Amino acid sequence: MLTIHYFASVREALGLAGETLELPEGVSTAGELADYLAKRGDAWSLLTDQRQVLIAVNQSVADRNVPLGGQEEVAFFPPMTGG
Amino acid sequence: MNTNATVIDITIQAQDFDLAAEYEAMRHLSANPGAIAIFSGLVREIHGENADNHSTDQSLTLEHYPGMTEAALQNIVEQALQRWPLEACRVIHRVGKLLPGDQIVLVACSSAHRGAAFAATEFIMDYLKTSAPFWKKQVAGDSSEWVESRESDYTALDRWSEKDRWATKT
Repeated sequence: MLTIHYFASVREALGLAGETLELPEGVSTAGELADYLAKRGDAWSLLTDQRQVLIAVNQSVADRNVPLGGQEEVAFFPPMTGG
Repeated sequence: MNTNATVIDITIQAQDFDLAAEYEAMRHLSANPGAIAIFSGLVREIHGENADNHSTDQSLTLEHYPGMTEAALQNIVEQALQRWPLEACRVIHRVGKLLPGDQIVLVACSSAHRGAAFAATEFIMDYLKTSAPFWKKQVAGDSSEWVESRESDYTALDRWSEKDRWATKT
């Protein structure tokens, strides 16, 4: 199972803090997972916007072509604004 | 340089911190410090069109990604240790609700000499702003909005790629 987290403005836009998901058919990278989730429509299309949404795989910011095996922790969030 | 000997202490917390106590701790954590640089960041009051409410209504809420935050900060500090001979490094970042004037972040580095302590502290702050998973939400009266990342925070990183200018030769 994938463990998925949504943070900050992404969480608010989706109305969801997280979920678990079996690796969907045809999804083998972080970017493909974003594309898959975006098909849910409405606010979910936000996830494919690479300027507004970063992806972390196993708690490390990842390129969209990073492979997923199905057991990862994946997070979607906006650019960071700490400090 | 022997980075194994460097004391690293990273804390994410809701409560405030005491600069004097942190400074004292740094003095004793460091083996033979000649310099301790401390940076503290504060919550600013917002002015301008987005802040037509009284300042008493303003607040900032800090959200983070538990687990990744600590790992990201550890990674940033370790990058600093690759570049400067530090004796100790302390990072505190607060989360939750903060008010204008509140302390939000502390970075302290000790070293034999001031150059490394200053540079490492600034380096850690620059990377923290864009690479540690914190998000600020500004609340003023009834309205609230997520703070957007700033281009200047990313351009601040560029100078650190000019390695030879800042890195301490050992």
